Amino acid sequence: MNTDKITKAVLFASSFLILLIAGGMIFSLASGAVPAFKSFGLNFIWGNVWNPTEGSENYGALPFIVGTVLTSLVALLISLPLSFSASLFLGEYYHGTRLAKILGTMVDLLAGIPSIVYGLWGFYVLRPVLISLGLPNQGFGIFTASIILAIMIIPYATSLSTEIITMVPGELKEAAYSLGATRMEVIFSVVVPSARSGIIAGYILSFGRALGETMAVTMLIGNANRIPDSFFGTGNTMASVIANQFGEADGLKLSSLIAIGLLLFLITGLINSLGKFIIKKME
Amino acid sequence: MESAAKLSSGNLERRSLKDRLFKGIVILLSMVTISPIVLIIYKLIEKGIRQISFDFILKTPPDTFQAMTAVSNGEIIPGGIANGITGTLLMVSLASVMAIPVGVVTGIYLYENPGKPLANLTRNISDILQGVPSIVLGLIAYIWVVKPITSGYSALAGSVSLAIMMLPMIVRSTEETLKMIPQSIKEAALALGVPYYKVILRVLIPTGFSGLLTGILLGISRILGETAPLMLTALGSSVINLDITKPTSAVPLLIWEFYNDPNMVDLIWSSSLLLMAMVLGLNLLSKSIAARTK
Repeated sequence: MNTDKITKAVLFASSFLILLIAGGMIFSLASGAVPAFKSFGLNFIWGNVWNPTEGSENYGALPFIVGTVLTSLVALLISLPLSFSASLFLGEYYHGTRLAKILGTMVDLLAGIPSIVYGLWGFYVLRPVLISLGLPNQGFGIFTASIILAIMIIPYATSLSTEIITMVPGELKEAAYSLGATRMEVIFSVVVPSARSGIIAGYILSFGRALGETMAVTMLIGNANRIPDSFFGTGNTMASVIANQFGEADGLKLSSLIAIGLLLFLITGLINSLGKFIIKKME
Repeated sequence: MESAAKLSSGNLERRSLKDRLFKGIVILLSMVTISPIVLIIYKLIEKGIRQISFDFILKTPPDTFQAMTAVSNGEIIPGGIANGITGTLLMVSLASVMAIPVGVVTGIYLYENPGKPLANLTRNISDILQGVPSIVLGLIAYIWVVKPITSGYSALAGSVSLAIMMLPMIVRSTEETLKMIPQSIKEAALALGVPYYKVILRVLIPTGFSGLLTGILLGISRILGETAPLMLTALGSSVINLDITKPTSAVPLLIWEFYNDPNMVDLIWSSSLLLMAMVLGLNLLSKSIAARTK
């Protein structure tokens, strides 16, 4: 009897610990960000200058917020047709076959490749190709980073979409076939509409992944602390500016980087909650 | 209505041509989707394999000058990444020791109390934690460990950031595994009057062992390749260090250092090859365990 109480207490305590960690994270980031918000107010978010020169220090996060959202959006657009095709391949055309198993494993392995290896590959293999296609800035920039990001997030969107597509009831599809629909017509008038919210949730979650990717982006985006002037321009994301500038940071600069970390935490948390909310509503 | 109209429109030949064209596009794009993994592994093997040897695993990296001499003589760069391998093993084991017990126990709590508010909250928070960018976890470990506890960059700080990353993965995989165990097995044990903790240790954990192992291996494979949080916490070291309060290297940290040093840059391929072999090996191992027990 007594041991049962202890066991229950241990179970309770460890799950409480997770809440404590999460609460502690927000608290630590917020208190670390206080000096930055005290000095610049809400202008920290809207300011587009990043100037670490002593005496005239001025930090604004807007260039990095824009860089983050832009790279992630472009990455999402690039990955969309690819992961959509892969999930049709896995969940519809070749569902249950050996071929699908192999392809599915390979897509999952994409999620296992470390970010820094993607960065190296982007730097040494992809960048020369883009340069030869006439990309400016020696191949660095938003566009290059987005291509690598797109590859990195494909597995997240694909696995969820595949799962949902395989769950579409066979009767629905058969009814459409019996009306004489071709497979493509079944896909677009039956499968996609009934799997729609799952597919959308998958894309939202993969967008959330893209927002926080660090190393590969740091190696390819060009690391310019200003709002990117074009699709092919250089910039920085919130994650990459932290990785870049952290080494020599203290005082107000450190606080500003922590404040960017806090904003990144809140944005990714929001996007992920939205994705999970849609999934929950489906169930 | 609209889809019915779509179905009947057009003649059969054109529709079936469109159908085949679409299937072709799907297959083509699927192949494009998996091509990066083939290209990346090919590139790593092509450029990295000649550097791999026992020395590469057992020795520490050369200094820049030695590397420069070797490169200019057209020789293979001497030395290896022993400091990174030991550092990675040290930090990943330390992170596992912190994350696995808490994660498994929390997973059991979620499984045992499915409808409770605290369980729902914990589940949602775990999901959100799983999405937190790794660089933010680096900042957290910097604030929590580097500054107050080890007053400097340390292996401990690195493992704390990795542990926070691993924790939610273990929690969710434990819960999902336990959900698949038949309720009757647990009830049989309880009916025999077995204390609750023994039910957990002797029934739940052994029955779900392979599932738990799959989740743990997958979690480890995820943190093995993490670079960003370690840059903010463990920093790196040119010698083998096993003191958890001192700066420590790791394989991904070494890759980053080599990448930034023009003389050492040849070493990135072999280091990445080794890292990928570890990560993908664990990944496939966990998959095969999962497949065998299904």
